[in-house]
Amino acid sequence: MATVNVDRSIDARGMPCPGPLMSLIGAIREGEVGNVIEVLSSDEGSKTDIPAWVAKAGHELVEVVTEDGFTRFVVKKAR
Amino acid sequence: MIGVPAKVVVLGGGVGGTLVANLLAKELGREGRVTVVDPTGMHHYQPGYLYVALGQANGRWLVRDERTLLRREVDLAVERATRIEPDAGLVHLERGGKLEYDYLVLATGARLVPELVPGLREGSHEFYSLEGAQRLREELRRFRGGRLLVGIAGIPYKCPPAPVEFVFMVEEYLRRRGVRDRSRITLLSPLNRAFTIESASKVIQPLMEQRGIELVTFFNVEEVDPSAGTVSSLEGEKLEYDLLVLVPPHRGQQVVVDSGLGDPAGWLPTDRYTLQVEGQDRIFAIGDATNLPISKSGSTAHFEAPVVASRIASLVRGTAPNENYGGRVMCFLETGNRRATVLRFDYEHPPAPPQPNLIWHSAKWLFNRLYWETVPQGRLPEKMPVPIPTGRSES
Ligand SMILES: Cc1cc2nc3c(=O)[nH]c(=O)nc-3n(C[C@H](O)[C@H](O)[C@H](O)COP(=O)(O)OP(=O)(O)OC[C@H]3O[C@@H](n4cnc5c(N)ncnc54)[C@H](O)[C@@H]3O)c2cc1C
Repeated sequence: MATVNVDRSIDARGMPCPGPLMSLIGAIREGEVGNVIEVLSSDEGSKTDIPAWVAKAGHELVEVVTEDGFTRFVVKKAR
Repeated sequence: MIGVPAKVVVLGGGVGGTLVANLLAKELGREGRVTVVDPTGMHHYQPGYLYVALGQANGRWLVRDERTLLRREVDLAVERATRIEPDAGLVHLERGGKLEYDYLVLATGARLVPELVPGLREGSHEFYSLEGAQRLREELRRFRGGRLLVGIAGIPYKCPPAPVEFVFMVEEYLRRRGVRDRSRITLLSPLNRAFTIESASKVIQPLMEQRGIELVTFFNVEEVDPSAGTVSSLEGEKLEYDLLVLVPPHRGQQVVVDSGLGDPAGWLPTDRYTLQVEGQDRIFAIGDATNLPISKSGSTAHFEAPVVASRIASLVRGTAPNENYGGRVMCFLETGNRRATVLRFDYEHPPAPPQPNLIWHSAKWLFNRLYWETVPQGRLPEKMPVPIPTGRSES
């Protein structure tokens, strides 16, 4: 369950690919280093796309939680 | 008995606006008065920009006077709409005039905003405007080899296949010019594959490999440094280029923002089935102007226009509108060497593109030739000779 304080939450449930990832990218762009961003996605592709992007972009994947019908990704802007 | 004709105003004389105006004028006859508002009064066949950039077509073929594409009974105001007052049913025009409407269709398309990315205007080329395509054509003629980078500087952008088509076509172009072996072509994709739709990426990526076109994934353009000749990404990569081609960021039109109807980027929140602008009974949106999570493409506008025309005609007549948009889109994707594939899908059925072949390439060229005589007038058969295949669920 939620163990970190989230600075911004994006409800991308129902959005098809690449909507959830693009929303996260937008939030990272706008946020400050250290900000924690949460994305809720029901798109299957997000399960691979979001962790892969976070790794490539050098941010921190704080947690991935499978909820009922969607996944919650918590990401910290690291640079 | 016919009362006062209903006033329908259509903002934008592009693919969607022209077709919806013609369909409505035909359907309503004396029951309606349709006015199209467009600041240029000229209609562009935008898919042709790609051919202009590659020296396969000249600009004259791509532009026609909007008046010649509209039915005689449709009025055309060559004006820019500056503000909409939904409660009063009024559209304000740039030169001070006003138009009253009973029903309004927003078909104002997308706006290119290169200034959102530092250095983009000075450091890169594009083929998303006629002038841009003409400049790129000259640049490509002078190109003697080197590193060519092709990328996307913001999502959403119209015609998602266009950058992929461009890399395939420019590869062929450079080969014909005899400078291919001195060139390195790279596609910069914002995602972890070549194209948004996974089934299409599976067709495209092996072909790129065969043709020696490199792919850099997760490259979300952040900045261009024209003096250093580099482009950098949000992900922290920096690449050198000799020639950089970037699709500029897109936004909705200012009139949408200034009327308080759009989201922060200027896209219109639109009902995916009725195409009504959220919270507005008398305003509809089609084409690139909407916020719908489907391809911004001419074909989308083309399939949406009959739905809006039918719904407005029903409302004018006081009957219940019953046509819905099912998310239908059809895009050709040229892969060069006289081959193309096709992406056909809707809200329920993802695309299952065939291997690129001569048939779809020929179909695209036929469409290019027939556009002016068919699409704006609604003369293209509603049912395409080829059905939408039922694909597996892939995003
Ligand atoms: C290089 C390229 C290749 C493409 N290839 C394809 C393809 O192969 N297949 C495909 O389906 N699509 C393709 N497209 C996309 C297609 O051209 C657009 O999606 C399509 O034109 C959208 O139609 P529209 O009616 O929404 O907007 P547009 O056709 O862009 O028309 C919008 C109109 O609104 C007007 N306008 C703007 N502001 C105002 C205002 N304030 N008041 C009044 N009017 C206003 C503009 O002048 C314009 O005439 C391509 C686009 C490009 C750039």
